[in-house]
Amino acid sequence: MRAIRVCFKRPFELSEISHQVYLAGCGSLPLVMTSGLAIGVVLSMHTRASMERFGAEALIPAALAIAMISEIGPLMTGLLVAGRVGAGIGAELGGMRVTEQIDALESLAVDSFHYLAVTRIVACMIALPILTMVMNSFALVGGFLAETAISNVSLRLYLHQAFAPIDFMEYVLPTMKTVVFGFIIGTVSSYLGYTATGGSEGIGRASTRSVVLSSTFLIVVNVLLVRIIFVLFPSGAL
Amino acid sequence: MSGLDTAIRFEHVTKSFDGTPVLDDMSFDVCRHTACCIMGRSGAGKSVTLKLLMGLLKPDAGEIHVNDLEIETLDSAGLVEVRKTMGFLFQYSALFDSLTVADNVAFPLRRHTRMTEREIADSVRERLAAVGLETELDKMPLDLSGGMRKRVGLARALALNPSILLVDEPSSGLDPITAREIDKLLIDLKSSNKTTIVVVTHNVPSARRIGDKLIIVNDGHIIAQGTAQELAASTNDVVKQFLSEV
Repeated sequence: MRAIRVCFKRPFELSEISHQVYLAGCGSLPLVMTSGLAIGVVLSMHTRASMERFGAEALIPAALAIAMISEIGPLMTGLLVAGRVGAGIGAELGGMRVTEQIDALESLAVDSFHYLAVTRIVACMIALPILTMVMNSFALVGGFLAETAISNVSLRLYLHQAFAPIDFMEYVLPTMKTVVFGFIIGTVSSYLGYTATGGSEGIGRASTRSVVLSSTFLIVVNVLLVRIIFVLFPSGAL
Repeated sequence: MSGLDTAIRFEHVTKSFDGTPVLDDMSFDVCRHTACCIMGRSGAGKSVTLKLLMGLLKPDAGEIHVNDLEIETLDSAGLVEVRKTMGFLFQYSALFDSLTVADNVAFPLRRHTRMTEREIADSVRERLAAVGLETELDKMPLDLSGGMRKRVGLARALALNPSILLVDEPSSGLDPITAREIDKLLIDLKSSNKTTIVVVTHNVPSARRIGDKLIIVNDGHIIAQGTAQELAASTNDVVKQFLSEV
């Protein structure tokens, strides 16, 4: 609650937020792009194995797109970012706490919670939807590469088949739920790092718990968010 | 002593952690433009005293006045204003390890002043020159020795020209020559800038050099306070034992 309240108070720390978006977003791009590509290839191969039995190969791009956009893309991106960024935030803030850098910030008349925690939470909330779109795009590229190697399908036809059954809201809602994932990752990791105690062991503990707790919360909250989307936006539920 | 002469007033302050008392009914004051050295054994509550003064910790009971403001009653905006008038040199310097030496010193200037980048760069160079580190601008804190880090920490603590400087163990982990250099910087600061200084130290010779007033803390209580001469005449066994460990 404090994070949300402080978020709208001056100073808005825009330069620190953009720095953190860069670290969380750009730093995660290679991981997200590689994972997306690999997931796309693997899912396409698995889907083909099933679809071929029913002569429904034309549905492979749509199946991949629906699976990625509605669930796998947001959740995988969330888990990857929880692992990479969450651990980093937990360790960084934990390190700052045990080396008195957070006290030093306070002694320099800076609200350390606003400067360190809120900026990272907001950065995660901004970076997650963007990374999810990147993950989905690369998964489709991976799927296309796997498909075109077997069936020689054109990119144009592949994209048409992939997006035909998906309307705008069906794309936007699952992508936007990653804003909540970003909030969870940023909040849990910042809290555990900010309150770390006990030297290097405490830093390690904060880092590990950041990943474990934010991943767990993320998976549980995902169930709730999917349910909420189904109830509030029946047309947006795939 | 009138309020006008007193920069810091600690009144019956009590602080405990997890039920263990660290400070018990502690009272002292520090006059403006003087240096006060707080000494005592490890765990006696010296560093806690500094953190209470900076408002980094809240006392369980008692009042802490800094520049005639009772700091535990201030809201966060009030605390920010008080902290702008204070500098804190931490025991292990607490430099921001993701920033260069220059950026560490520039940090408070960028946050709290309307200076241009050129003015900030000049001010940073001046501050670092005062501690003999004007050539280390672009180094990272981890590339510096303990003594250099301490001097950068001092430059950062002085960036906003504070009227009160709190110093935690200025000579810990330093060789005697570097420790003397730090002491000299603090003495110069007191005499030339009229800064009020509170130093926590184990180092008795250092405390004698810097301090106009010495306070000896034991088990959360002040067992003696006064000038070095007054303490030398103390009949308290702990004080005598402490001062003889030179």
